[in-house]
Amino acid sequence: MTIHDSRFTILTNRPMTAAVWEMTLAGDVTGVRPGQFVNVRLPGLYLRRPISVCDAGNGVLTLVYKTVGTGTDLMATLPKGAVLDLLLPLGNGYDLTAAGESPLLLGGGVGVPPLYLTAKQLRAAGKDVSVVLGFNTKDEIFYEDRFRALGCRVTVTTADGSGGIKGFVTDALPDAYSYFYACGPLPMLKAVCGSTHTSGQLSLEERMGCGFGACMGCTHKTTAGYKRVCKEGPVFIKEELLW
Amino acid sequence: MVDLSVDLCGIRLDNPVIPASGCFGYGYEFAELYDINVLGTFSFKGTTRELRFGNPTPRIAETPAGMLNAVGLQNPGVDKVIAEELPKLKKVFHKPVMANVSGFSIEDYVYTCERLDKEAQVGWLEVNISCPNVHGGGMSFGTDPAQAAAVTKAVKEKTTKPVIVKLSPNVTDIVSIAKAVEAAGADGVSLINTLMGMRFDLRTKKPILANGTGGLSGPAVFPVALRMVWQVANAVKIPVVGMGGVTTAENVLEMLAAGATAVEVGAANLTDPFACKKIIEDLPGAMRKYGWQA
Repeated sequence: MTIHDSRFTILTNRPMTAAVWEMTLAGDVTGVRPGQFVNVRLPGLYLRRPISVCDAGNGVLTLVYKTVGTGTDLMATLPKGAVLDLLLPLGNGYDLTAAGESPLLLGGGVGVPPLYLTAKQLRAAGKDVSVVLGFNTKDEIFYEDRFRALGCRVTVTTADGSGGIKGFVTDALPDAYSYFYACGPLPMLKAVCGSTHTSGQLSLEERMGCGFGACMGCTHKTTAGYKRVCKEGPVFIKEELLW
Repeated sequence: MVDLSVDLCGIRLDNPVIPASGCFGYGYEFAELYDINVLGTFSFKGTTRELRFGNPTPRIAETPAGMLNAVGLQNPGVDKVIAEELPKLKKVFHKPVMANVSGFSIEDYVYTCERLDKEAQVGWLEVNISCPNVHGGGMSFGTDPAQAAAVTKAVKEKTTKPVIVKLSPNVTDIVSIAKAVEAAGADGVSLINTLMGMRFDLRTKKPILANGTGGLSGPAVFPVALRMVWQVANAVKIPVVGMGGVTTAENVLEMLAAGATAVEVGAANLTDPFACKKIIEDLPGAMRKYGWQA
């Protein structure tokens, strides 16, 4: 699907936790795949903000974002009916053909959202999907029920033990799984690479200039050379990441 | 149809709009989005003698009406650019292209320019003596008239194509640098490269950019760029390529009014990949609106 610049209309925009918001928008989501992202132009800001796709289908796009600075703080103030200019679909996304029969999904904090469309499509393909969602505290947990509603086996961990299993996602890995898909902060992804016994795909986050491969602002070194997180990524295979 | 063509150092451009180096890759990412042959030309990603990874990330930060970058000249090195990138570029762009060159010594500049000079599609060599994001090269050549002249002279002696020297705004007197490179044989000058700046992360109290400082671009720098283009255009006889924060057709006309022969567009391509196409489409209307003759 060719990258296009499209106008989307906000349908809903609500907080799910103290800092994590869910926005749904109406617009053209043709060809959007799990693990891809959109680049959102925000009024008064120069650079667009890259936000991962949480869900996409039937003309509705769901973005789940954390308010961490000027751009995402501004997103949280936008009302229903506001129109946003989005560049999409961007990035490679997860390759679901590698999943096997019992894939494992590992999400940490605001790394959880891109796993939702991933889980949805894997369930639609009849896979036995296990999901481990990691948060800092009980108050930060979101989307646990959504993954359960898809028919996934869901385990939640919290770093302080206030909800679910005490610890990190790597403290709650199931014994058996065919492959994994992960998204979360870098220390989590590094631990996931060390703790998993299969190959898998991990989605990285990086500050970006353009989001479509032009500026070289987000390049990472990999075993396969220099790769742009926005273009050859954001999803990388476990074996190509250098820690 | 309005004739927008201009002559840049003896080569005709269909229009004065030129995506700037570092904001347009080798063209093919944009060629997936629109036919880039509508451009006057474009300046491809800055090329050095050896492969460079560039700086650690984060390399990009938002600023009021602009952005900072500290990419640090990531590129595969001149041999790979010629072997792998230029053949791909040729498939999507069928006009003379501008080759942007950086270096860390005069020998580096000459080595890279000599090789790119031999490439049929290269129309101009844009010699970047103004990159603020590398140490021990780049801008250090562009802040001293004698050094700037020495690079220009050395490159001119070994090349045949027009040499356009890209100047830094991070100097006390840009006119003295422009005059020095003109006297050393430059066929044109382009300006401005980015202005050095910083942002800090309030959580860590450290610079957002891993490199610490970066180069400011975007609409924030446009008036500064205009002022410098105007000063230089009034002081030299060679063509001036104006750039710095150009985002609209009106901005292009303002650069031309300040004395530019052609206009490069940088950061605007990053926030809107269709920016240059729109500018070119808007130019005839803007010219009519303000009573400009083609």
